[in-house]
This record gives sequence, structure tokens and C-alpha cells, in this order.
Amino acid sequence: MSAVVDEHDHHADDHHDHGPAKGILRWIVTTNHKDIGTMYLVFALAMFFVGGAMAMVIRAELFEPGLQFVDPAFFNSMTTMHALVMVFGAVMPAFVGLANWQIPLMIGAADMALPRMNNMSFWLLVAGVLLLASTLFMEGGAPNGGWTLYPPLVLQPITVGKALPFAVFSVHLLGISSIMGAINIIATITNMRAPSMRMMDMPLFVWTWLITGFLLIAVMPVFAGAVTMLLTDKFFHTSFFNAAGGGDPVLYEHIFWFFGHPEVYIMILPTFGVASTIIPIFARKPLFGYASMVWATGAIAFLAFIVWAHHMFTAGMPLAGELYFMYATMIIAIPTGVKVFNWTATMWDGAMTFETPMLFSIAFVVLFTMGGFTGLMMSIAPSDFQYHDTYFIVAHFHYTLVPASIFMLMAAGYFWLPKWTGHMYNEKIGQLHFWLSAISVNILFFPQHFLGLAGMPRRIPDYAVQFADWNMISSIGGFIFGASQLLFLYIVIDTVRGGTGEKVTDEVWEDAAKHGLEWTLPSPVPYHTWTTPPAIVPTEHVLDSH
Amino acid sequence: MNKAKQLFAGLILMALGLGAAQADYTLNLTKGVTKVSNDIYDLHMLILWICVIVGIGVFGTMFYSIYHHRKSKGHKAAQFHENTTVEIIWTIVPTLILIGMAIPATKTMLELDNVAKSDMTIQVTGRQWYWDYKYLDNDIHFESHLDEASEITHRTVGADPRSVPHYLLNVDKPLVIPVNKKVRFVLTSGDVIHSWWVPALGWKKDANPGFINEAWASVDKAGTYRGQCTELCGRDHGFMPIVVIAMEQPDYDAWVKKTLDQQKQKPDLSDQSREQLMAHGQSVYLKNCVGCHQINGAGVPGLIPALTGSVIATGKWESLDGFLRAGTAKMPSFSKLNGKEFAEVMTYVRNNLGNSVGDTLQPKQTALPDDDDDE
Repeated sequence: MSAVVDEHDHHADDHHDHGPAKGILRWIVTTNHKDIGTMYLVFALAMFFVGGAMAMVIRAELFEPGLQFVDPAFFNSMTTMHALVMVFGAVMPAFVGLANWQIPLMIGAADMALPRMNNMSFWLLVAGVLLLASTLFMEGGAPNGGWTLYPPLVLQPITVGKALPFAVFSVHLLGISSIMGAINIIATITNMRAPSMRMMDMPLFVWTWLITGFLLIAVMPVFAGAVTMLLTDKFFHTSFFNAAGGGDPVLYEHIFWFFGHPEVYIMILPTFGVASTIIPIFARKPLFGYASMVWATGAIAFLAFIVWAHHMFTAGMPLAGELYFMYATMIIAIPTGVKVFNWTATMWDGAMTFETPMLFSIAFVVLFTMGGFTGLMMSIAPSDFQYHDTYFIVAHFHYTLVPASIFMLMAAGYFWLPKWTGHMYNEKIGQLHFWLSAISVNILFFPQHFLGLAGMPRRIPDYAVQFADWNMISSIGGFIFGASQLLFLYIVIDTVRGGTGEKVTDEVWEDAAKHGLEWTLPSPVPYHTWTTPPAIVPTEHVLDSH
Repeated sequence: MNKAKQLFAGLILMALGLGAAQADYTLNLTKGVTKVSNDIYDLHMLILWICVIVGIGVFGTMFYSIYHHRKSKGHKAAQFHENTTVEIIWTIVPTLILIGMAIPATKTMLELDNVAKSDMTIQVTGRQWYWDYKYLDNDIHFESHLDEASEITHRTVGADPRSVPHYLLNVDKPLVIPVNKKVRFVLTSGDVIHSWWVPALGWKKDANPGFINEAWASVDKAGTYRGQCTELCGRDHGFMPIVVIAMEQPDYDAWVKKTLDQQKQKPDLSDQSREQLMAHGQSVYLKNCVGCHQINGAGVPGLIPALTGSVIATGKWESLDGFLRAGTAKMPSFSKLNGKEFAEVMTYVRNNLGNSVGDTLQPKQTALPDDDDDE
């Protein structure tokens, strides 16, 4: 902590707010948490459109039965790359961007604890994603074995071509970037809080990111290890996963899902934090059950580590294993339920208004809960035999990732953009964007439940004729959803360039300063903030408990 | 209930201008033809209804407050933010609901896992991209490939899938089992991970290379049941369907006898006309070669060599023959084919797919002495 503050004080002897450096170098070498946050967010938004374009290819091919546009191998590449780009290029970096921007503001810290590492973790992310994208242009095409990269498929020369080592090194870079980001966030939260802020005074967003940070540090190396074993199997004739050499392909699934399951919580826990920040402000009430929200987040994170094999109910496990993973998975419904009930209780008896961030948040609670319900259905192992690897699963995880993670990232954008830029976004277009997104996302994903239950496997480029109608509806929803997101791009650019011209107050939202430190700062937020830590923590539940 | 749902879906479809829906689409899991699949259907409905009721409670409360507790209606916000009793209630009640779900789920899981006392065993081997079935009790052994009509249609851009009966869900040789017998399945794979799923039986199970998985089914009702591979297994993952025909015992016995007789027959090595060779050759090609080399012989650039204009395909037939039988690092050995099939497929490859060597190979030329023992 002191190192950063000292350095800053040293440079700014005469006056504190000397603002950002000029020119391109400002962005390349910056150590300012706001600049780095902005870069993360811009990069994530760009990748959201790249991953989205791949989804459009998928939905176009599935519009009608028969093959129209792409070869099945390229279709598999698209499903694989869509997943990898969305997970590692869009959702995770977007949350890191939010963390960079908001956590120091929320806890009264001048910057992140390790600002130079912060810069490096961003640029490693860019390098990793570019390396991944380069595989699209390689002989044999991009990886097409699914984002799970299961061997032996992903090791087959006739399937995958030359892309595997590049994909693996890309995963290494992305993993290093994530781990460095997580270390930075944990160090910042534990060391740089304003002196008056106890752990249980921290905003929920900070809590959820702290816990997410530990998840990242725990599981990213596991994934790196798994893909490294793939690499040695492929190039150094080891047999970790090669049955002919005494290895076990199911071992890979265990290692992958030990990473892969917590990974889905990495993409949802910060979402919970954003929702817990936004809903109280627009309900004009303190968050209901702050302490149980914290404990529920911790419980979910713990459970995330011990349920991985519910992705493998059909892989072949002893009965005891099936039962254990079934019970453990079912239990996740309890802390998750507590969170949903608490958000409902926060809205109850409030004085609600429905600005765009609140609309997205309400849609999040409803649609995420629906994704949670199907998750509960899938936790029942015998039923999961029928759901597994069908479109029911696709519908489930897209309900938890698109109208949950992505919607809350949008909500966070609308919520904090006025704070960051000092300009108000265009509320009319914002609401239009919301309604188009909320309606089309359901046209897109709800019919996929029917497809799965009717027996359509996932990851197939062509399908039996009885699946045609729902696929067509789903594709139409997909195209509308994809096109609607261009509105968001427009709003972001418009807001940065001045928005509605309306001058926003420091609080931006009515009485927001009662809910968090960041609203006591000027809008736009100055380049340097909290060079002296704030004295009091103005969170409502804190004022009561002090 | 189902009628109401169908009607509702029909209305949505009509509203979207899509006309009448396909007759056999469904909105919900269907009941299968085994006891386990019916138990699973009941479990599915139980949990679905629990979710619906919880959902109505939560969303109802939320929308009540959204409607009534609006600032625009002048509602003043309360400031409560803790209530230990309430928070304990919404931990304990879900726990009790979960226990209520876990009990029937555990029962069904125990039933599914019990493969003991089976009447017969079938070994299922997944391969890229077809299924290989072996009846361990009577040595019936055959491969089950996607049917030719679907094969040609899905590989032809612009072809109309709606003209093909059971498009992508039909095979050349279906698996046949007797009804009301406990059939044990042992599943494994010859290359990558596949997954064997027939929804009507109530389970799916992965076929892993190097390992054996077990499952069982006892089908209540004679009929034809269809499914597909559900684990991403490469380029043709979407094109390896499963068809199971359940027969009454006398029909099944007759099928076993007929199939065993056919298996004992030696391949007919008599000469064929060029047209016959080409037509049969196409069938052999569609089953064995098309997954990699494509329907036009173009291969996959960078991954799989083209047959069109290939020196190996159009050079001396004897070297092509040796190549096919031995296999390579990338291509499996095709020694499973008999002399007749070799003559047919080589004639086809050398005189179609953009090649025109002009020779006509007869089964007698390509047969090996032990070909008679094949199959």
C-alpha cells in the first residue's frame, strides 16, 4: 500500500490531480486502475462482439435442417471458439475491468495494490486472446474439440490439425493473466481498505470479487496443468490420457471439471455482487441480509470445489460417486436460494424506480433463477442422464450466463458509466436496448429447453426434421439479440462523447451516497482518487451496526 | 395438460407465421418404454412442478412489489434489512424440499445402477463415426452406420432433408433386442469418447476408449426407438444415430437365426458388371471412407488428403489395396472389408470422385485366401 501512495505523492508534490499522460503511451504503460479498467472493459466488449459473431454463424447454420453455410468441422470450431472467446475474452475480462475500476473507489484505496502487475496482466490477456484467434487461420482450422478440449479427440491429428499447441499456450497466458489479476484484487482488498472499513463493512461487490479471486487462484493452475498434460501426451509421448499407454481419458475430465465447475462460479459471483449493489439503490432500501449474502457467497464458492463430477454423471462412476455428487450439487440450491430470496426481500416494500440498470437487474434475478431451476433439475443424477449433452443443457447454462452474467455487465455499464464519464447515457435507447435484449434472449434460449427434452443433442451441425421449428425460432431470437447489442455499443460511445448533455451529480442516482463510497467522489471520477483515505464508510447497514 | 401445451406452442408458431408445426415435435420429456425411464419421467415432473411452485412464489412476490411498491405510486421505502427468523426459514424450507427430492432420486439411481441378473449382454463400441454391436451370447456382430439417404443428403448442400424419412435418425442395420428381457450393455470405444443415448430407454452412457461402462434396459413394448451419439466426437458427431428395434421373443429368435445364417455365408466373389461394381462401391465408400475423404473425394485441406487426382488412389491397384489393408498413422486398417468390397470400393474410387483410371476390378482379383473366413 505504502509503496504506491509514496510514489504517487512523490510525483505530485505540487498538486494531486495532474490527470492522465497524453498519447498512446498513456494506455500502453499505464498503471492507473481506471485506465486499466477501461482497457479491460473495451477489450471485453470487442470480444463480446467477436464471440457473438461466432454464435451468429452457429445459429445461421442451425436455422434450417440440412447443411447450408459451413462444414461440420468448421461448425465445431465455431462452437469451441465461441465458448473460449466468450469465457476467457469477454466475461472474465469484463469483470476484471469492473473490479479495476470499482474496487479501489469502493474501499477508499488510491489504486490497486500492484499497479505494474496490473498493466502486465492486461497485456498478457491481449496476447493470449490474439494467440487463440490466430488458430482460426491455421492449417486444419481452430480447435474444434469443444471448449472442454477432451482427449483423445483433441489430440487426433485428423481432427484438430496444428492448432492445439497454440490453443494450449494461449490458455497458459490467459491463466497467468487471470491469476495475476486475482492476486492483485485480493491484495488490494485485504491491504488497501480505508482504515475505518472492516471486512464486514465492505460492499457486496468487493466481497464477491475477493471470493472469486481465491477461486481463480485455486483453479486456473489446475486447468493449466491439464492442458500441459495434453501437450506432453501429444508431443512427448506421455500417456496421461492415452488408454493404449495405460492412461485414462476420464482422468482428464475430472481434472478439467475440477477447474471447469468453479470457473462457472467465477463468471457468476461478481454478477451477484453487482446485483447486490444496484438493487438497493433503485429500491431505496438497504440490501436485505448483508451477512447472509456474504456467507452464502462463501458457501457457494466452497461447494463449487466439491461438485465437479456432476458434469460427468454419464462418464461412468461408481454408485457412491454418483450419489455423493448428486447430493452435494443439490445443496448449492440452498445458498443460491438465500441470495434470490434476499434480493426479493430487498425489493419488497421499497420505493422502486426502473432505470435501465434496475431493469437489467430485475431481469437478471428472474432469468438467473430460471437457469437455477434447470440446474436443480440437472443435479438429480438419473434425470441428468436424459438432459446431459442435449440442448436442455445449452439452455440452462446460457440462462445463467447471458441474462445473468452478461445482463449484469450491461447493468453495471449503465449504472457506472455516468460516474466514470460524468455524462448521462440516453435513457430511452437504454430502455429500448433492455426490452429488445430481454425479449429476444428468451426467444433465443427458451425453445432450447424443448429441443433438449425432445432429444436434440448439443454440438450437432445438422438435425432431424422434427427439431426444425424450435431451431428456427431460436435462431430468429439469436439474430434479434445479436443486433440489439449494437445499441449498447452506440450508447457507450455516445455517453463517452457527452451523452445527453445532462450534467450528472456526484451521486448520479438518488441518495446513492448512502450506499457506497464511490458516490461521494465527483463525477466524472478524477484521474487520482482517495490519495487520503476517506474517514467514514457511508454504507447503510454499516451505519446501523457501528 | 399436454394438449394444452401443444395448442399453446401451435399458437406461438402460427403467430410467427411458420404454419403448422411438425407432427412429432414435443415440448416435454416423453415417457419411455422401460420402468426406469418412467421413474425418471416422474422425477422430472416432480422437480419441474416444485420449480414452478417456487418460481410462482418468488416471482409473484417480486412482481407484487414491483407493481405496488413503486416510487411513482408514492410508496415510501421501508428501511428493514435483517430478519434472522426469515433468513432461517429460507434456509430450512429449501433443505426439506431437497430431501424430499433426494429420496426418490436415490431409489431410481440404485435401480439404474443394478446390472446384475441380466438375460443377455451386448457390447457397444463407438467409432468415428458409427456404432459397432456385438452380441456376447451368440456372436452376432455388425456395424451400424447412418443410412445412405441421410448420408448423401446431409453432405449435399441444398438437398432437402424433409424428403428423407427419419433424416439423420436412421441406420442401415439397427440393433435388435427382445422385449421384457434384461439386456445388459457394455460400452467402450475404439477411438475417442462417444456417448450412447436412446431417450426411450431412459439413460445415456459414455463409451470411453480403454474402459468398459455398464448399463441395462428391459423394454416393455415392441417398437422402434431412436437416438444419437451425444458426446462431441469429431466432424461427423451429428451423424451417428442409434436405432433399437425391440421385438417379441419369437420374432427376435427368428431374427437371430436369420442373422447368424447370413454371417456364415461367404461373400459372393463372382464377377459383376461395371455398373454393379460402381453402385456397390458407392455404398462401401459411404460407410467407410466418406467421413474423412468427403462425398466428392476432396478430403479436408491440411488434415485429410484428397482422393481426387491422388497418386495412391490412381496408381497401381495392388499398392492401393495394400495401403487400405495396412492403414497408416492417420487412417485405420480396412482389413475388415472382404475381397468383394475391396473390388467394389477400389473400382469406385478409381473411376469416380474426379478420377478415371478406367480399370474394372473383380472380386476374384482382390480376394485373399482367408477372405472366405471373414465375417
